[in-house]
Amino acid sequence: MTEQKTPLWEVFIRSRNGLAHKHAGSVHAADATMALQAARDVYTRRGEGLSLWVVPSNAITASDPADKGMMFEPTASKIYRHPTFYEVPDEVGHM
Amino acid sequence: MASTSIQVAESPLVLFTLQRADDALVLGHRLSEWCGHAPSPEEDVALANMGLDLLGQARSLYAYAAQAEGAGHDEDHLAYLRDAPQYRNLLLLEQPNGDFAHTIARQFFYAAFIDPWWRAMCASTDPTLAAIAAKAEKETAYHLRHSAEWMIRLGDGTAESARRAQAAVDALWPYTGEMFTPPDPALLAAGNVIDPETLRASYDVTVAAVLDEATLARPAGTWMHKGGRQGRHTEHLGLLLAEMQHLQRTYPGATW
Repeated sequence: MTEQKTPLWEVFIRSRNGLAHKHAGSVHAADATMALQAARDVYTRRGEGLSLWVVPSNAITASDPADKGMMFEPTASKIYRHPTFYEVPDEVGHM
Repeated sequence: MASTSIQVAESPLVLFTLQRADDALVLGHRLSEWCGHAPSPEEDVALANMGLDLLGQARSLYAYAAQAEGAGHDEDHLAYLRDAPQYRNLLLLEQPNGDFAHTIARQFFYAAFIDPWWRAMCASTDPTLAAIAAKAEKETAYHLRHSAEWMIRLGDGTAESARRAQAAVDALWPYTGEMFTPPDPALLAAGNVIDPETLRASYDVTVAAVLDEATLARPAGTWMHKGGRQGRHTEHLGLLLAEMQHLQRTYPGATW
């Protein structure tokens, strides 16, 4: 089989209601229908999911690893963005 | 072969349950033969998954057949210690894997029949058979969807895949009629089993729709092989059983 020409799909699984779909891996398949079946067969054999998404890998726009400094380092010095600085009144209870 | 075969007292219920168990085991074994050899890693897992579904169905059915017989046999005895003439599976399901198109066509024909069959069997007056049916019909629904999607892509794919898919359909077609073998009248009258003839119209619609979308020709032939239900098998089953039973026949009772 011509693996090189078979499109790659990214697989996302939602394990429970209320959770977000999480990236699980990828499969090769000729089209979306077969990609969904391949994702089901490869990634949900042990009860991992209730819902599946497949997305063409080439539809994903990714950040450039070379831009890592510009993109992500400036946040390291802004600890005040974490909500831990705020006092939570006792009456609020568990959040 | 070092160990002797068991003899099974085939009451109508035992025989019926054995037929379905043998169907599931033989087809499940055929699918397991693909493990490590499928056209892609994804399909390798897909075929093995379907094989495991069928093995699970076979185990439930053998356990029930053994219980119904009440002669002290268990599911392993029934699977490993009967020779080909004692096997009651459909001839369709023992046909060799051939190329991928043969495997998919075999799966599709069987799933197009057995999926509505299990769904109808959910209403069986036999509670054990109804429970097995309720589990099996979800599994076979996926087998039908998966094999049908492949039929369409092989048939409506390249010239090569279309040629292979048509060859597979033509070769397996004469084995499809045996699926409609009438059931035991007493079991039918008691509501334990359904008459497969009642499923023929919907089966024909499913097969025609998929073959049509696959741009494959529906063979015109009406002559059909039979004999599997009576233990008259093609030469392929003996070879399958020789491999499957080898260990238990050589080392009776061996465990992992």
